[in-house]
Amino acid sequence: MANIHVVRPGFYTTLQDTGRHGVAQYGVPQSGVMDSFSAGKANLLLNNDPNAAVLEILMTGPVLEFSSETYIAVCGAQFDILLNDQAISLAKRYRVQKGDVLKFGRLHKGLRAYLAVSGSFQTELVLGSRSQYPGITMAAKLEKGAFLAITDEVVTTKALSRVNFEDTQLWDPAIEAYPGPEFALLSTEEQQQLFERLFTLSSKSNRMAIPFKETFDNTLKGITTGPVLPGTVQLTPNGTLIALMRDCQVSGGYPRVLQLSAFGICQLAQKRPGEAIWFKRKALKS
Amino acid sequence: MHVKPSINRLGEQAILLQWDFKISPENLKFLLSIKKYIASNIVKHKVEITNTYNSILINYVISIESVYSDFERLKTLDFHNIPLEAVTSKLYRVPVCYDAEFGLDLELLAKEKSLTIDEVISLHTAPEYTLYFIGFLPGFLYLGGMHERLKMPRKSEPRASVLKGAVGIAENQTGIYPNSSPAGWQIIGNCPVALFDPKSEPPCPFASGDRIQFYSVSKLKYDEIQQEVQAGTYHLTSTHG
Repeated sequence: MANIHVVRPGFYTTLQDTGRHGVAQYGVPQSGVMDSFSAGKANLLLNNDPNAAVLEILMTGPVLEFSSETYIAVCGAQFDILLNDQAISLAKRYRVQKGDVLKFGRLHKGLRAYLAVSGSFQTELVLGSRSQYPGITMAAKLEKGAFLAITDEVVTTKALSRVNFEDTQLWDPAIEAYPGPEFALLSTEEQQQLFERLFTLSSKSNRMAIPFKETFDNTLKGITTGPVLPGTVQLTPNGTLIALMRDCQVSGGYPRVLQLSAFGICQLAQKRPGEAIWFKRKALKS
Repeated sequence: MHVKPSINRLGEQAILLQWDFKISPENLKFLLSIKKYIASNIVKHKVEITNTYNSILINYVISIESVYSDFERLKTLDFHNIPLEAVTSKLYRVPVCYDAEFGLDLELLAKEKSLTIDEVISLHTAPEYTLYFIGFLPGFLYLGGMHERLKMPRKSEPRASVLKGAVGIAENQTGIYPNSSPAGWQIIGNCPVALFDPKSEPPCPFASGDRIQFYSVSKLKYDEIQQEVQAGTYHLTSTHG
């Protein structure tokens, strides 16, 4: 079977698709790509199924060697990408041959890039998904020396496709958010503050949650443990705002003051620890 | 009882129904009946419906096509007059070994509560615990119904790691760690049954609404059950009720 050899795994590279659905009732996190906008774009460039598994590349990328020919596309964070030491572009389809080596260099903008291959990565499917998660998949992230199975058959389409997406909004520090279930319990002033103040991503940010450095003083009490989703923004009694991300638990006991939009999750996934953002209020039809 | 919930959308892809009632087995039964009603009468597309103590979450994971129309229907639903079907619940007997090897805080807890270790064990194995929902970690059961006398705060200094299957107490809750993990709970025993196995179908043998009763087993019996679990020949016993 065609595969990719992990020469170097990078800082924290994981296999992700759109995640696990139907198993939240067993306490299983949804997982899946943090920035579904960029991952979706990479799959679209290769005519893949939107649920095809891709590599989520964070900060320091991997070094990969291909065992057979395929097509690739990288979208999302702006890395220097080298195919056999030749610079290649983001958001473009490339043909690779057996023995080709793909390297990720300096990161210029954003945090997470997505590498799609023609078809999909064909790694282990657990509870309906290939997304890596500790205790669910054999490995929690890419490991040095691993061989990642990929689709054998290369679907050749006539011309090299190039998809032009307007992605300026992805880099916008204004993160789209809706008022959450406990938003109304905040005072009018606190409600305004929540959409006016700047919040800095903490260095403790990961795939489970992104806490913010600034404290937001509040008088909210804990709630009876209730459902949470990726994108739920919790406010702890000591004033820490925590945006839950794709690997978050299925329930939580802190007031849920905001809910990021689906696109807001993608925007936040591309921000680095130390970067400041603010929440931009969006309204849902109700 | 407040049968009318507050109904809100949670992002583009989910609807959250919340009641302000107390946590009780009766209210859980009501919640599960409503959940069943919504699954068969309201939603048309493939959704994922989960519940907690007082909430139901409808997650439109595959398609958000009908989220708005379903939301509208839920808002006008007469919750007082929904024909509620009883939801079946199973009663499981689950083994726990309370040996000193596993019950790291058993002696401390007994001393604190002026009970003998045997009394702690009999108080812990007496109730039929209600499984409200599974959360926190894959396979972590939120159980209700622990005896008041066993109530104990978390440890001031959490342990860096406890064994898979560790049975603990924190405040008025009892629970089992489905996997080895850091733990702040008072550990009183260990359960040899797998609470979460991603290779099994379903990955957790229990479901919201089930009842669980613990029974005490010797270390010898524990080892025997553990071997059966590993060989895949162990089966939990349950009765419908």
